[in-house]
Amino acid sequence: MSRIRQPRAASPSPASLRAHPGPATEQDKSVLTELDRCLINTLQGGFPICERPFQVAAASLGIDEDTLIARIDALLQAGVLTRFGPLFNADRMGGVNVLAAMAVPAAEFQRVADFVNLQPEIAHNYRREHALNLWFVGAADSAQKVEDAFDYIESMTGLPVYRFPKEREFFVQLILEA
Amino acid sequence: MSNLDAIDRRLIAATQAGLPLTPRPYYVIAEQLGMSAEEVMARMRAMQETGVIRRIGVVPNHYALGYSANGMTVWDIADDQVDELGERIGQLPFVSHCYRRPRRLPHWPYNLFAMVHAKSREEAQADADRIAAVLGDACRKSDILYSSRMLKKTGLRLVD
Repeated sequence: MSRIRQPRAASPSPASLRAHPGPATEQDKSVLTELDRCLINTLQGGFPICERPFQVAAASLGIDEDTLIARIDALLQAGVLTRFGPLFNADRMGGVNVLAAMAVPAAEFQRVADFVNLQPEIAHNYRREHALNLWFVGAADSAQKVEDAFDYIESMTGLPVYRFPKEREFFVQLILEA
Repeated sequence: MSNLDAIDRRLIAATQAGLPLTPRPYYVIAEQLGMSAEEVMARMRAMQETGVIRRIGVVPNHYALGYSANGMTVWDIADDQVDELGERIGQLPFVSHCYRRPRRLPHWPYNLFAMVHAKSREEAQADADRIAAVLGDACRKSDILYSSRMLKKTGLRLVD
């Protein structure tokens, strides 16, 4: 994002890394080393396309290829990274990305959230504090597939899925500073 | 699919969950798909140029980096001003995504969405206050929806 466009916050303290209950993985996040931070701050984009890309990226961090591969692997295992690889833009693939929300009664929340997560078209899903408490993104290579997934969720849960398709995009860039 | 052929689609399907953690990842993918590494790399470069690939790298978990206050700030803005103001809000350094979306009355009066990722709710609220200052009287109502739990984050998956 943003925090790199104009960094202002100090690095997170070890306490802040541990303080949050975190996402689905409840395991304790290991404290990041300086190398980990550097890796995260420099490798959220720009990973090369060449024969030995880890070697090239490692050189810019002042480490060797094996060390970089091992650190990325460890950070993925620890849940500090959710993914490593290309980020695709659904819009440019002739596909779509649609935000949607549901108001799910508390007693049914987990069941409905699990069901939504099972649909392969659902790329992200967040619980949010609002009457509309379940917010998710349907992404696929056609609008019809996303619409079908939303219809299916409605029919199986008996709850409306409110669609919030983007009508205009003003800015998108999420790069987090570690 | 606008400009992608069947081979591009196979390439996307093979890499969307991640690149192999081996010294020659593009060679491994090439082998899986029965094509040359040169073609894999050429096609990935082409997809990067056309914007099909936004970027290649690590995707951090917000929470693990201490960004525990993920706030979706939402605003009810007069229709004739929302586009101009959306552009300005999108330029604020702490806004990561900014979109105009339809209202869903009576449940949902908001038509401008701006995501802020902060390390505390106080910091997120301060960000929202700065957005409000830009919006001024054009904003009739607003809210911040904090995510209390990330339930799924896989990114796009092609489904056939």
